[in-house]
Amino acid sequence: MAVKTPAPNDTTSTDRIEKRVVLRAPRTRVWRALTNAEEFGTWFRVKLEGAFTEGRPIRGQMAIPDYEHLTLEMLIERIDAERYFSYRWHPYAVDPAADYSTEPTTLVEFTLEETNGGTAVTIVESGFDRIPVARQAEAFRMNDAGWTGQIKHLERYVA
Amino acid sequence: MSRNKSAAALQLPDAVPLFAALGDATRLRLLGRLSAGGALSITRLSEGAGVTRQAITRHLHALGDVGLVRHARRGRERVWDLNRERLDRAKRYLDQIAAQWDDAAERLRAFVEDQE
Repeated sequence: MAVKTPAPNDTTSTDRIEKRVVLRAPRTRVWRALTNAEEFGTWFRVKLEGAFTEGRPIRGQMAIPDYEHLTLEMLIERIDAERYFSYRWHPYAVDPAADYSTEPTTLVEFTLEETNGGTAVTIVESGFDRIPVARQAEAFRMNDAGWTGQIKHLERYVA
Repeated sequence: MSRNKSAAALQLPDAVPLFAALGDATRLRLLGRLSAGGALSITRLSEGAGVTRQAITRHLHALGDVGLVRHARRGRERVWDLNRERLDRAKRYLDQIAAQWDDAAERLRAFVEDQE
């Protein structure tokens, strides 16, 4: 899951994606944007039905052009007022005909901290190592360096 | 994630069978061999593979169905080759997945900062 030009605060590995952003908004405002299901849906672009409740699933239709046929389901894990919010979901659940319910989920965590003039949000998504498609993608990526080199040799050979 | 932005990469539903086809050790090894050795016959590809020619043929067809490999005639034999263009598109798709959180974080920024 390599990002081409990662910011200094971003780290990725085969199992987790981590991002840190500093937002010029009060912590209370950011907290509401993350944990109010309607507000979350506005910026994430999903029409969620209901509210976020610890231990409860919530679902909604994606609102991104070309992806409206997809349903997103989140299982809310923890809501720790103005500090920490986490849920589980199925990453890459992009095939409407597939049943992802038996596949492992990844954990998405938002951690908030007050900073000078704003709020720092750390987003971590982890658990990719147990996801079959992510393992395949990783195997694919690891092979890539070898392929690229060999394909260059081949191109020189046939030129 | 708009259509314009992803036009050069795979569309999401298109990528699912592709990654499913890659989820097999024998098929990944076949891709590795084709990458290293150029176009190869089934006989050559079966050498040291530890599985039967019939199994290799089935795996090649599975890879062919998603466009990762294709076959051609070379003299009297049929050879299989890697489809580079398809591999490049798959790589772009992976970059796109990694970029999704960047996009989401920027939408969150716009959402909370614009209302100040």
